Amino acid sequence: MYSFEFERPTTIDDAVAALSRSGAQVIAGGQTLIPTLKNRLASPDVLVSLGAISELRGISVSSGSVVVGAATTHAEVAHSAAEAFPALSGLANNIGDPAVRNRGTVGGSIANNDPSACYPAAALATGATIITNSRRIAADDFFLGIFETALDEDELITSVEFPIPAAANYQKFEQPASRFALVGAFVSRFDTCVRVAITGAADSGVFRWSEAEKALTASFSPDSLAGLSVEADDMISDVHGSQAYRTNLVAVMTRRAVAAC
Amino acid sequence: MPRDQGIGASSARREDVRFLTGNGRYTDDFNVHGQKYVHFLRSDVAHGRIRSVNTLAAAAMPGVIAVFTGEDLEGIGGLPCGWLVTDRHGEPMNEPGHPVLAVGKVRHVGDPIAAVVADSVAEASDAAEAIEVDIEELPAVINMAAALEGGSLVHDEIGTNLCYDWGFVEDSREAVDAAIAEAEHVTSLELVNNRLVANAMEPRVALGDYNASNDESTLYTTSQNPHVIRLLMGAFVLQIPEHKLRVVAPDVGGGFGSKIFHYAEEAFCTLASRRLRVPVKWTASRSEAFVTDAHGRDHVTKIDLALSKDGKFKAIRTSTLANLGAYLSTFSTSVPTWLHGTLMAGNYTTPLVYVNVRAVFTNTVPVDAYRGAGRPEATFQLERVIDKAARELGIDPVEIRRRNFVQPDQFPYATPVALEYDTGNYPATMDKLVEIADLDGFAARAEESASRGRLRGLGVNCYIEACGIAPSNLVGQLGARAGLYESATVRVNATGSVTVMTGCHSHGQSHETTFPQVVSDMLGIDEGQINVLHGDTANAPMGMGTYGSRSIAVGGSAIVRATEKIVAKAKRIAAHLMEASADDIEFADGVFSVAGTDKSVAWGDVCLTAYVPHNYPLDKLEPGLEETAFYDPANFTFPAGAYACEVEVDTDTGAVEICSFAAADDFGNVINPMIVDGQVHGGIAQGVGQALREHAIYDSNGQLLTGSYMDYAMPRADDLPSLVVDHSCQTPCTHNPLGVKGCGEAGAIGSPPTVVNAVIDALQRGGYDVDHIDMPLSPSRVWEAING
Amino acid sequence: MATVHMVVNGREVSGEVEGRTLLSDFLRNGLKLTGTHIGCDTSQCGACVVHVNGKAIKSCTMFALEASDSTVTTIEGMANEDGSLGIVQQAFQDHHGLQCGFCTPGMVMSAAALLSENLTPGEAEIRDYLEGNICRCTGYQNIVKAIQGAAEELAA
Ligand SMILES: Cc1cc2nc3c(=O)[nH]c(=O)nc-3n(C[C@H](O)[C@H](O)[C@H](O)COP(=O)(O)OP(=O)(O)OC[C@H]3O[C@@H](n4cnc5c(N)ncnc54)[C@H](O)[C@@H]3O)c2cc1C
Ligand code: FES
Ligand code: FES
Repeated sequence: MYSFEFERPTTIDDAVAALSRSGAQVIAGGQTLIPTLKNRLASPDVLVSLGAISELRGISVSSGSVVVGAATTHAEVAHSAAEAFPALSGLANNIGDPAVRNRGTVGGSIANNDPSACYPAAALATGATIITNSRRIAADDFFLGIFETALDEDELITSVEFPIPAAANYQKFEQPASRFALVGAFVSRFDTCVRVAITGAADSGVFRWSEAEKALTASFSPDSLAGLSVEADDMISDVHGSQAYRTNLVAVMTRRAVAAC
Repeated sequence: MPRDQGIGASSARREDVRFLTGNGRYTDDFNVHGQKYVHFLRSDVAHGRIRSVNTLAAAAMPGVIAVFTGEDLEGIGGLPCGWLVTDRHGEPMNEPGHPVLAVGKVRHVGDPIAAVVADSVAEASDAAEAIEVDIEELPAVINMAAALEGGSLVHDEIGTNLCYDWGFVEDSREAVDAAIAEAEHVTSLELVNNRLVANAMEPRVALGDYNASNDESTLYTTSQNPHVIRLLMGAFVLQIPEHKLRVVAPDVGGGFGSKIFHYAEEAFCTLASRRLRVPVKWTASRSEAFVTDAHGRDHVTKIDLALSKDGKFKAIRTSTLANLGAYLSTFSTSVPTWLHGTLMAGNYTTPLVYVNVRAVFTNTVPVDAYRGAGRPEATFQLERVIDKAARELGIDPVEIRRRNFVQPDQFPYATPVALEYDTGNYPATMDKLVEIADLDGFAARAEESASRGRLRGLGVNCYIEACGIAPSNLVGQLGARAGLYESATVRVNATGSVTVMTGCHSHGQSHETTFPQVVSDMLGIDEGQINVLHGDTANAPMGMGTYGSRSIAVGGSAIVRATEKIVAKAKRIAAHLMEASADDIEFADGVFSVAGTDKSVAWGDVCLTAYVPHNYPLDKLEPGLEETAFYDPANFTFPAGAYACEVEVDTDTGAVEICSFAAADDFGNVINPMIVDGQVHGGIAQGVGQALREHAIYDSNGQLLTGSYMDYAMPRADDLPSLVVDHSCQTPCTHNPLGVKGCGEAGAIGSPPTVVNAVIDALQRGGYDVDHIDMPLSPSRVWEAING
Repeated sequence: MATVHMVVNGREVSGEVEGRTLLSDFLRNGLKLTGTHIGCDTSQCGACVVHVNGKAIKSCTMFALEASDSTVTTIEGMANEDGSLGIVQQAFQDHHGLQCGFCTPGMVMSAAALLSENLTPGEAEIRDYLEGNICRCTGYQNIVKAIQGAAEELAA
């Protein structure tokens, strides 16, 4: 690890101020960033910790949505969203392992936009809004490509607002080694539409599977997906699965998510 | 009644309290005052010519004490290979050098180019980044077949990428070919034994500490065999005589073979400490471990099995390419040959066997012994081809094996591949398996799985291994450059407690618990009065260490021999005390008595007399009560067993779930059943890992694609069911005093074919025309096979 | 350099650390509590698990400064006051839940965290909870048994 200065502000404002320093970067749970630093793949001059900012933590549930503070851990989401939004809680509860869930945060996961991460699928499939210190960004406009988001360099996610669907389910097929999503499918049924987001599969990161959405909006049943397939050429091919394999998993996981809704 | 002490008791482990309270002392927990830290700059290309290495800038960085390159180590020996293999034509193998730091060329990703010694780990790594290396990249040789067909040479000086072309038994070659040509049925299979990384949870560490005032070096290292390291490093690499070199392998966090070998970092830290006169420490990161610890397996094999129509095995012929990686690791050459070819008869009476192995250099990390070493490779191909043959001939897989077993009355049984099995009872282990795996209930379980949309399959197989490595005169003839005896010193203390010093090393095997069980039985004293010291060349006699399931069979036997000497001498002391003849002294339950009288003296009195010899036959007997024995086994031991596994396959995703796994092993006599169960559990977990998950994959440029736990799939708790293990079938080894065979590797040897057989069974029951899938049977591979 | 204060195994401690000093470094090198082990550099193996404010975390993936003013428990703090093995530790010995012992500190800390959340975990729940703790020696079987044993003991 290269050396850096470590700041631990207690308010959002102080954090934003600290982030304006040159070479400053946010650290939330550190569950992604610390391994990256260990391998010397990142070299921030200043790390601004969100660990002491209580206003970034916590979950509030209203009739139609769950708002999660950016620095809320996966474990807290798993616990606090269990009643209001079981699919989100279930997703959080299946990220990594208990120790990772006790540190890793929603904001970190969404800001990082790892192509195999789980939360981006939930955000996209629910039409979530990513709220930052300066603006509100629709999930549809937020995820720009793997490890790429609409966030500006010194912008801080403060919370994420997830609309609660009438029914939803997340199916994750684990990559055998890392246990991240080899393919994850998040299906949300709203009164007027269905949204399907797929993570883990595509070269360009998390995406909405619009064909499936259309078919499911017309008739919400696993059978509606029969014959539908994503474009194999857009899929990732690596030691854990070919494009054909991932294409298949997208269909299988989506079908299973629909069946489980 | 289970005993609570001695042989056969599940005594609680002595080592546990320190490990459970955080008081274990692993190598990285050792710190010597004033120590410095080394960071190795490693090659990030697989093959290249070193044009220049400029260390000037690095040497000027803060905290840096010194920077070394290969040129700075001129005059230092290379890392030696411990086994000379002679090829089919009687020629010695090609044996290229293995420098401590690369000279002239780099040959695999991870090859050390330079080493920085600095005040802190961070400063050492910062400085390593400032080293300017100019490497002319050369085409990497990764694929073994391609390596033999010309192209780039890993070692220019030997003019080929072939290390040896080994044939065994060469004289049978034509007879085997003829038998296969004439056979009623021949089943052939091409398969890969996937490359693995041992992944002991403790990464390797080396700490060199030179004391200039007496010119003595101490090396603290994560080793399975400190004496072997002292011998290899002292005699061949650094030219330090034994009395000036102490090697300490304290608590070691698992080895599985990967910590047998003498590694460059050990030699470097010892040398750097001598040159710089400061202690020098290196701790591997896991990422570094992936590209520096010797890998395991990596064979590509074609096997032909000739049978009669009724399933009697007539002949076996195999042809294997074995990957040795870029350099010859310590025991690498013996693994694909003597530890592999000699097991090709399995548990069966096949009369004719011919094994051909071509061992190949490639631009990959060196490959050497990993749990089972050669024997899993043999078992895998044999048991897979038998399974395929059974299907082709329509014979039940259990039945075809039974038809070919060496029968209990045939022992000792000489195989056509040079071994003599002393004892065994293969039908009995198979019967036991049928019972504990409830094979008769399979059909009902398969139906239940089908009702949930899953295909269930059943795999069975047998294994035999040659353990208790090894008779020195025999392995000497086969090319071993060391003896493979074991040593023990039994020191009886003045007040009757006992310290056992063994040349074996425990890195999970529980010697501190089991060895006292043996001695306690022999001396009739409480286990708690006995302790074990190991892992330090300063306190144990020269021994060969722990691997090849040898510790109890060879090391335990040495302890028995030393303890026998203790008893003999103690009887003479007792005879003196009771004024009787030594021949009349009986010893039982810690009491010496004169036969036919009521005279007796207690153990403690004899011990005290030995050390306070006021009333002592000094004219006939030395004082003291301490004996050393070196035990060289007469033969290998032959643990064997039968395994069964049931799997469910999700054909939508290719995911395989292990539903049940049962193992019926014959380990001969068992010292501590609880510990033996644990060894089998761990072995099976590794074997299941090999079968379903683990794979060290190189791309064509020689980059390791699965170089961390993000991509190298380690078995986790939720990948495994509760295993059913049984070792009640016991045919005691006939040639060692404990009748033990060893149990450390069995699980890893017996389980991979079991799992693969089960998956193939499931797919065939589901109507898929799939007769083999190469390991690991990952979800994607299974899915590709059924949609192929 | 900054000063960090925390309560470790019931004892107030403080020390000078850099921003990049990991909690595991501080424990092992600063406090000489070498029971916490390092088995990987990608946050997967769990050999380094300790409790911070009662929650299991990977100490190799948390900066020491993030734990300032926290209560930390390591494997060295798990024994009873008289030095005898605590219930979870004792169960690991009774059920032979360890071999080389390297993963053991993390396993015990994870097991204790599980049992503090759930006193009656089933086998599947235990195996699932141990997802982030890799053991190469035991095949996990006796670790699972040990945790079941400890649960029974705690319930009694
Ligand atoms: C063993 C292991 C297993 C895992 N398994 C999974 C899995 O199955 N599924 C899954 O989805 N993830 C998984 N993860 C990743 C985990 O969920 C991480 O916690 C998460 O991706 C990052 O969150 P963090 O809070 O740790 O972020 P950090 O590591 O602190 O930061 C990650 C990135 O986000 C930035 N960032 C953090 N917070 C903010 C913010 N509020 N505003 C702007 N930028 C911010 C940081 O600057 C950094 O670039 C796993 C991680 C580990 C170690
Ligand atoms: S050392 Fe912390 S997870 Fe491996
Ligand atoms: S006991 Fe050795 S890694 Fe778990």
